[in-house]
Amino acid sequence: MMISNGIEDEEKWLAEGIAGIQHNAFYLHRALDANNLREALKYSAQLLSELRTSKLSPHKYYELYMRAFDELRRLEMFFKDEDRHGCSIIDLYELVQHAGNVLPRLYLLCTVGSVYIKSKEAPAKDVLKDLVEMCRAVQHPIRGLFLRSYLAQVSRDKLPDIGSEYEGEGDTVMDAVEFVLQNFTEMNKLWVRMQQQGPLREKEKLEKERNELRDLVGKNLHVLSQIEGVDLEIYRDTVLPRVLEQIVNCKDELAQYYLMDCIIQVFPDEYHLQTLETLLGACPQLQPTVDLKTVLSRLMERLSNYAASSPELLPEFLQVEAFSKLSNAIGKVIEAQVDMPIVGAITLYVSLLSFTLRVHPDRLDYVDQVLGACVKILSGKAKLEDSKATKQVVALLSAPLDKYDDIVTALTLSNYPRVMDHLDAGTNKVMAMVIIRSIMKNKTFVSTSDKVEVLFELIKGLIKDLEGISTDDLDEEDFNEEQNSVACLMHILYNDDPEEMLKIICTVWKHIMTGGPKRLSFTVPPLVFSALKLVRRLQGQDGDVAGEEVPATPRKIFQLLNQIIESLSVVPSPELALRLYLQCAEAANDCDLEPVAYDFFTQAFVLYEEEIADSKAQVTAIHLIIGTLQRMNVFGVENRDTLTHKATGYSAKLLKKPDQCRAVYACSHLFWVDDQDGIKDGERVLLCLKRSLRIANAAQQMANVTRGSSGPVTLFVEILNKYLYYFEKGNPQITASVIQGLVDLIKNEMQSESATGGPASDPFFTSTLRYIQFQKQKGGAMGEKYEPIKL
Amino acid sequence: MNFIIGAFKPACHISITFSDAKSRKQVPLKKENGQTIMVPLFQSQENITGKISVEPISGKKVEHNGIKVELLGQIEMYFDKGNFYDFTSLVRELDVPGEIYERKTFPFEFSTVEMPYETYNGVNVRLRYVLKVTISRGYAGSITEYQDFVVRNYSPPPSINNSIKMEVGIEDCLHIEFEYNKSKYHLKDVILGKIYFLLVRIKIKNMDLEIRRRESTGSGPNTHVETETLAKFELMDGAPVRGESIPIRLFLSPYELTPTYRNINNKFSVKYYLNLVLVDEEDRRYFKQQEITMYRLGETS
Repeated sequence: MMISNGIEDEEKWLAEGIAGIQHNAFYLHRALDANNLREALKYSAQLLSELRTSKLSPHKYYELYMRAFDELRRLEMFFKDEDRHGCSIIDLYELVQHAGNVLPRLYLLCTVGSVYIKSKEAPAKDVLKDLVEMCRAVQHPIRGLFLRSYLAQVSRDKLPDIGSEYEGEGDTVMDAVEFVLQNFTEMNKLWVRMQQQGPLREKEKLEKERNELRDLVGKNLHVLSQIEGVDLEIYRDTVLPRVLEQIVNCKDELAQYYLMDCIIQVFPDEYHLQTLETLLGACPQLQPTVDLKTVLSRLMERLSNYAASSPELLPEFLQVEAFSKLSNAIGKVIEAQVDMPIVGAITLYVSLLSFTLRVHPDRLDYVDQVLGACVKILSGKAKLEDSKATKQVVALLSAPLDKYDDIVTALTLSNYPRVMDHLDAGTNKVMAMVIIRSIMKNKTFVSTSDKVEVLFELIKGLIKDLEGISTDDLDEEDFNEEQNSVACLMHILYNDDPEEMLKIICTVWKHIMTGGPKRLSFTVPPLVFSALKLVRRLQGQDGDVAGEEVPATPRKIFQLLNQIIESLSVVPSPELALRLYLQCAEAANDCDLEPVAYDFFTQAFVLYEEEIADSKAQVTAIHLIIGTLQRMNVFGVENRDTLTHKATGYSAKLLKKPDQCRAVYACSHLFWVDDQDGIKDGERVLLCLKRSLRIANAAQQMANVTRGSSGPVTLFVEILNKYLYYFEKGNPQITASVIQGLVDLIKNEMQSESATGGPASDPFFTSTLRYIQFQKQKGGAMGEKYEPIKL
Repeated sequence: MNFIIGAFKPACHISITFSDAKSRKQVPLKKENGQTIMVPLFQSQENITGKISVEPISGKKVEHNGIKVELLGQIEMYFDKGNFYDFTSLVRELDVPGEIYERKTFPFEFSTVEMPYETYNGVNVRLRYVLKVTISRGYAGSITEYQDFVVRNYSPPPSINNSIKMEVGIEDCLHIEFEYNKSKYHLKDVILGKIYFLLVRIKIKNMDLEIRRRESTGSGPNTHVETETLAKFELMDGAPVRGESIPIRLFLSPYELTPTYRNINNKFSVKYYLNLVLVDEEDRRYFKQQEITMYRLGETS
């Protein structure tokens, strides 16, 4: 209730004030029209008396002030015209001072004063000095601020600036500066006092009201910045020290923050750069609660934009040692503001970092220094729990990554991992992801094992379980994504020199082996392939390089690979391991390392036998084995026999008949390698095919028994296709009559099937027949070969 | 006596003219009846000369026992109204007893008249100068005519004129130091100075500088003192803090001041004071009064 009344009352008071102004304005206008000076002064003083109110908030007071201001403009016009009032300006200057009330008196004095300066009958500086001194008489904060703001307003175009008509004859730009500085100082004092003189319980309200008035104070700094004659020298020797002195001495948080920011915004960057020490020197002297991080951040941002505007400016930055000054200042500020939360300190360093990244991108030592400073702050404290601070640390760590396309640059920063150590596990991982993404984005190859070492140290949050966090708690999707990223990352670790590359691989291995079963299945495959890639590169050289001191030989790599794949046993992930063994075997084959290849196959078979129990997995595995084995050419007869025998054996032992059948006919390829010097054992091919036919038959009968229908003839058609393949490849065992027999068999089957109401035709079979037909008609050798087959 | 005069029309018309009436400066003078008239201005040691003409009403003769003109300096106390104390009284005989048939003019002259006191119109006292023409008649009663004039005396600027500087205060509450640039001001002077706040523990609302006139009349146990505030000039608006210094600039010309009069003929004194008044938010007044000496500075010619 009381508050609402307060607002209503204020409206009422404002309305009364406006009415008072309007009333007196009416008589004032009449007096002005009649050129009656005495009356004009009387009514203008009465009109201005309305501004003596203490009842209005700054906002409302401003409204009143603006109305009075408009009237004062008219009065000023009148004062300017001596013919109208017949009073010399000097007399007028005295006359208005007869007013009994101080506030109207001073408004009138300022108004006449501005005319006085314009008349040039007295030096501008004397009038200005007098006005600014006399205004001391108003000590009420709001009234004083508005009065002085009026003074600033009317004097603005009358300062003895360089090139201004009021310059010269002893009026120098220094007088203008002095004037504005003094007005600024007094205004700021009043502004600050508003807070101190108010009741404590209204602190917030007062702060809000004060904030509304801040631009009145800041305007003075703006005026200073607009004075032509304020060159660097004047700024450095007079303006800045005086302004800072006032800012420091006023000991007011709001004012200090606002004015520091004002300085930074209104004066040219060039000045800031040249006076950095002075400006920064003031910072630690400010109140401990001033939001310096924002102030300094803006300063640094401005300076970096400035540096970016022209490359020629860089020497200046170096000359004034901008970086070290900023860095020192930040250190001091953090020291001075003991209550500054850690997030504040980190934010400051983030700003400094982006400054140095933009201005001195070549100075990695600077970046490292900044990070080092952060480590200092973070050290002795537990892991960060404050999410804002964490965010800032992430920003801090991300900045160099964004800047340097070459991620490796960041890796040379010794403090980088030390900062990361202070992140909590979750953020640490996020950061690691950022690093990886950055690397991926820029496609920068990480090319030495040392760097890899550092890199993996950095992303260790992804590589292994960190203390206290178990992988069980993690969201599976996130985890998969993280691990996939790590997997991707491995492909970007590359060096042309095989020796170094091997070192890289070893390093990576050293790290990922600590990752535990959940991670290995993600991380092992890329590492294996990376190693295999290296093997392929060395493939040709192995024999060429003489001497035993070659560190990177395929043989060695294969040994390593063996270890790596073996690690999957703890996962366990036999299917994956099997695939990898087979890959290795193939690589070994290409390197002509029979024993190695054989060993890999052995491993694969062992896995098949001991670990792979699932029938579907078995099917997949067996086909992989067959496929791989088929391409092997390194094996001697004996080894090959052993292996093919094993493979065929496994095939026939699959659980489902169709699977058996398919595996067995696939085995036929093990005896027929369609290469120049590949094995071509037609007989054993036929054996396999016949065997598969038998299995197909058995499958058909089983189906008949269990389901009452023999089912589709797909298996037969598939086998037929195998026959056709070998027939075309010239396997002597596969003759046209054998094919004819099979075709007839299928047809038979299909007829009996259709009799029982099954599908009349099989599209697979139909197209196979069409193919045969096609081959027959094609003519030539192939046509002749097909000739005997009757459809 | 008056009723006799009232019964008849005045037998003659008397007019008093000063010889330099055209060139002499005229100043306003407030009469008892409230009217303001313009009268000539003199200063001490001047010659007061002129003519007095007596013109009988047409066709009548005026018989008299002698005509005289007096220059009177009078002090009138209001508690004793109508009773004039003449501190100066000079007489010039104009005519021996006889008869006047037609307009007759008499020159008169008072040379280098000592008029040490200024014309003054106060609250309880009045000091005036007047020329009084008396045509003495026997039983018919005397005919008199008065002509007021104003006397102002000028002083040179004082050779010693120190500033007034003082530190005053209330313990642990308010300490100020004020300074007025002079202790002696002429009537069109400007008071300059400043107030310096050494300690402020009260919430000051505003600060005024008052010019006060203290008129004391009578003497001994019958002394009567009257104080008037002639000017109230706001020096400061709002509450200052420690270390603030507030300027003073007060033009005296708009105010009707007189010089300081000390013990005029043992009858009265007029003194001036500057009163510095601080008003706090509860409208309590804190003040410090300082006497200043006012003097009339010779107008530069």
